Amino acid sequence: MNLALREALRAFSRAPMLSLLSVTTIAFSLFAFGLFGLVYLNLRDALANVEERVEIRGFVAEGTLAEATSAAVGDIAAFPEVASVRYVSDVQALERARRELGEFEDVFEAGILPASIEVRLREGFRDPEHVRSVARRLEFYDFIDDIRYGEEWVEKLYKIRNIATAVGLSLGVTFALVAVIIIGSTIRMAVLARSREIHIMRLVGATNGFIRAPFLVEGFLKGLLGGLLALVLTYFTFQFVGQYVVEATYFSTGLAILGVLGGALIGLLGSAVSVGRHLRRV
Amino acid sequence: MIRFTHVTKLYPKGGPALDDVSFHVNRGEFVFLTGPSGAGKSTILKLVYVDQRPTEGEVRIAGQSSVTLTGSAIPKLRRRLGVVFQDFRLLEDRTAEQNVAFALEVIGTPQDAIGPKVARVLTQVGLAAKATALPHELSGGEQQRVAIARALVNDPLVLLADEPTGNLDDRATRGIFQLLRDINATGTAVLMATHDLATVRANPYRTLEMNRGKLVYDSAAEHPAPADEFDAPVPDRAAPAPPQGELPEATP
Repeated sequence: MNLALREALRAFSRAPMLSLLSVTTIAFSLFAFGLFGLVYLNLRDALANVEERVEIRGFVAEGTLAEATSAAVGDIAAFPEVASVRYVSDVQALERARRELGEFEDVFEAGILPASIEVRLREGFRDPEHVRSVARRLEFYDFIDDIRYGEEWVEKLYKIRNIATAVGLSLGVTFALVAVIIIGSTIRMAVLARSREIHIMRLVGATNGFIRAPFLVEGFLKGLLGGLLALVLTYFTFQFVGQYVVEATYFSTGLAILGVLGGALIGLLGSAVSVGRHLRRV
Repeated sequence: MIRFTHVTKLYPKGGPALDDVSFHVNRGEFVFLTGPSGAGKSTILKLVYVDQRPTEGEVRIAGQSSVTLTGSAIPKLRRRLGVVFQDFRLLEDRTAEQNVAFALEVIGTPQDAIGPKVARVLTQVGLAAKATALPHELSGGEQQRVAIARALVNDPLVLLADEPTGNLDDRATRGIFQLLRDINATGTAVLMATHDLATVRANPYRTLEMNRGKLVYDSAAEHPAPADEFDAPVPDRAAPAPPQGELPEATP
């Protein structure tokens, strides 16, 4: 292992530009992953915040009997998705409106706000689909006039998150593929440059694993460096955004380590694929 | 220890490199392999160190058969062989001792065992004083000594030499040949391909002559060696080798 590391470092110093190129490509691959990962993370936090406040309001038609609404409240409370149900009478609605929007106090008069049934959902059921399905079930009650649940913006946030995920994944995967190819070709050149060593290693009875090890170490190290570089890049971007655009959260230590290891894996993969193919030809 | 049985080797391009060749080499023997260029000398050596496999027939080396030998067993076999070439094949960016040490490092020899082994073998080839010289600072004969030291450092059963003096002047040739004889005297078999007929004629060693892939002459044919020894697996070099005198002699 000691020897493999030494030989790998020798390869670095022999072709510094090429090594730099592979490191940078891996870094960009992971940087793309990282940026969209950050967008995803922050949107997820925002969504969790919003989801907590997701509420379905069914407005009750005027003149509905109290027995009917209280029976409905009981039924709805039994839905598996539902955390709590509350009946808000027209009087309570008016009071709340006055409290929350104090400056418009005079505008509100009795009768302007309808009574409503307010439903909050359990965690895990607050995504658009579940919300819609519960809302649809509320519609079955004849006395419910209208239903509101802030559908537009919940769905918009979800859509943005999905787009960020898809773009990040496809860009990251593309960059990762390019990185694998570039690493592969640098390993190819390294194999050719070291064909004399390889020939002698074979001659004196070095095992294939031993011959391969320096190249794998080389790929692994390049990947590791690329991963670290990507981490630095995302961190600076994050700092910049935090300072000038919007307060955001950064990766947890575990995720950051995972990203760097991901880079090492790309490097290892690129050299493993290449070294097997090219050693056979030397 | 080396036995060719009806070995034919065809290369994809061109005719047969070897055509129905049979012979054997005993432990501790010194054998010349002669013949014009393209006669098949190098192919024989390549078959011994399993760089190539026979198209037909069987090559047995130290108890291993070319028919049954797996790819992963080849490195282990090669550690018991030493190979030197006409063009030395040294690593230009490493010193003499680093070149020799490299052969030990890449087979996983413990670090603290490498230094003494390298020093011993460089002394044996007469290059102890130039251990830290780079190949380009050495003469051709000295470079070949480094290559021989590298081949010897793992105490091989046999030293395979492919035209080892082909690039050297007369004086260096004599020196290298004397070194090979000294190595042989310590019990290592030597199989030396050469077209230096002067050297071959001046020495009483067994000669195999090749021509167009056929073995046309074997000086030991009139005195065949007993057939018991060379097919048995040779004990690992960790076990003490029996003294030279007790071995069956192939040459009279």
